[in-house]
Amino acid sequence: MRFTINQKTYEADVDVRTSLLDLCREHLGLTGSKKGCDHGQCGACTMLVNGRRINACLSLAVMHQDDEIVTIEGLGTVEDLHPMQAAFVSHDGYQCGYCTPGQICSAVGMLDEVKKGWASHVTGDLDQVSLTDAEISERMSGNICRCAAYPNIVDAIREVAGQWGEQAIKPAPRSAAEQPAQEKVSA
Amino acid sequence: MKTFDYQRADTIEAATHANGRFIAGGTNLLDLMKLQVETPERLVDISRLDLNGIEEREDGGLSIGALVPNSDLAADPRVVEKYEVLSRALLAGASGQLRNKASTGGNLLQRTRCYYFYDTASRCNKRAPGSGCDAIGGFNRILAVLGTSEQCIATHPSDMAVAMRALDATIVTQKADGDKRRISIHDFYRLPGDTPQIETVLDAGELITHVELPAPPAGKQVYRKVRDRASYAFALVSVAGVIEVKDGVVASAALAFGGLGPMPWRNPAVEAAIVGRAPSTEAFEAAADALLADAKGYGSNDFKIPLARRTLIATLRDLTA
Repeated sequence: MRFTINQKTYEADVDVRTSLLDLCREHLGLTGSKKGCDHGQCGACTMLVNGRRINACLSLAVMHQDDEIVTIEGLGTVEDLHPMQAAFVSHDGYQCGYCTPGQICSAVGMLDEVKKGWASHVTGDLDQVSLTDAEISERMSGNICRCAAYPNIVDAIREVAGQWGEQAIKPAPRSAAEQPAQEKVSA
Repeated sequence: MKTFDYQRADTIEAATHANGRFIAGGTNLLDLMKLQVETPERLVDISRLDLNGIEEREDGGLSIGALVPNSDLAADPRVVEKYEVLSRALLAGASGQLRNKASTGGNLLQRTRCYYFYDTASRCNKRAPGSGCDAIGGFNRILAVLGTSEQCIATHPSDMAVAMRALDATIVTQKADGDKRRISIHDFYRLPGDTPQIETVLDAGELITHVELPAPPAGKQVYRKVRDRASYAFALVSVAGVIEVKDGVVASAALAFGGLGPMPWRNPAVEAAIVGRAPSTEAFEAAADALLADAKGYGSNDFKIPLARRTLIATLRDLTA
């Protein structure tokens, strides 16, 4: 089987039962993504697949052979952090750090959803999306932090969203095609 | 997880002939396979079929491909504008990650979250027909008070399907012999009775290809969900409501309920109790009486009966304000 992860091609012969998460961690040495619950409840395994955040533990590797996959390793490097990684560092958005790769991938995917104008459960008028703290909390509810670093996580995400400027937070025109998957990968 | 044969279907015909269990998003099925609650011998990957579109129909309604992810359906501008109850229901369910993966067809077919169904050490007539039900007499706080049987008190977990039931959706399928069926959502689910393992009227190999919504209904639309935490939790009680008030009188009403029964629940008597009447507490109480006339609690879930009454009345106030 062939996989495209962080813009690199990998070949791996894995059992059909292998999850996308186990493929990365156990077979390809990409251990940045973490296994928490392994049942889609905690979000520690969150990756970006074709630009969208998903739970890699609840997806079979065999079903992702044609996809563009981005893990935390593909977002930034120690020398050149992704803005979301830098913001988590500067706001101390973690304590033990186990959920952090999933939080960061999820936050990057989440902000892209906001750019597309997607509403959330707490959005008042579904046509008027703005990124309040309540919106950030609701949209990140699929990522659990048992150290409860939530206030600092929200601070970090708010800072990155703010870097877009006011214009960027407004909803994209409805007709706009989805953004290409990996704008940020080269960072 | 038990091993299985994996096959990717390139056409609908190939999928329906593959004689296996369909997998699209997999967010529910793989979870159950890890626990060996589900042990399919063959998985048929339908995720690459061309069923990803949402199209307008001649009658003014929408045709939704079975593979449209929940997040795309919730964000579709036509759904946001004309079927707000559906957007709201979708956004009230699961997490951002799960909504990105979960499909429209899979959401309709997701299994109950009854603890005893998930726990293979427990007796469960849905998982192991004839074994018994440990939920009755057990920890049944989240389980059903309507439509139950002596064999099963599981609830259907979907929010989306509750809104679709209020919107009179039609489920379009294709069978292995090429026959296509259009099944009203009102006829799609089965009560548990003596066979709680059979949840829908679908035949083996029959694939959901689309869900059709009729032209948008007149009136105001609301989805109200009550749950144990504010986000990322299943409904204890939910109400999808569409009501039109004309000249001070309820002209039409569609009300469907989640968290109460083994299927997204709808009872015409609830709507009949308020249609033709001026909105009032008396009318709303009558609707709640109609909904809960046959409600039966099982101990830990007794609270759902008064909770459903209050949630319905609060929703009717919203809808007619």
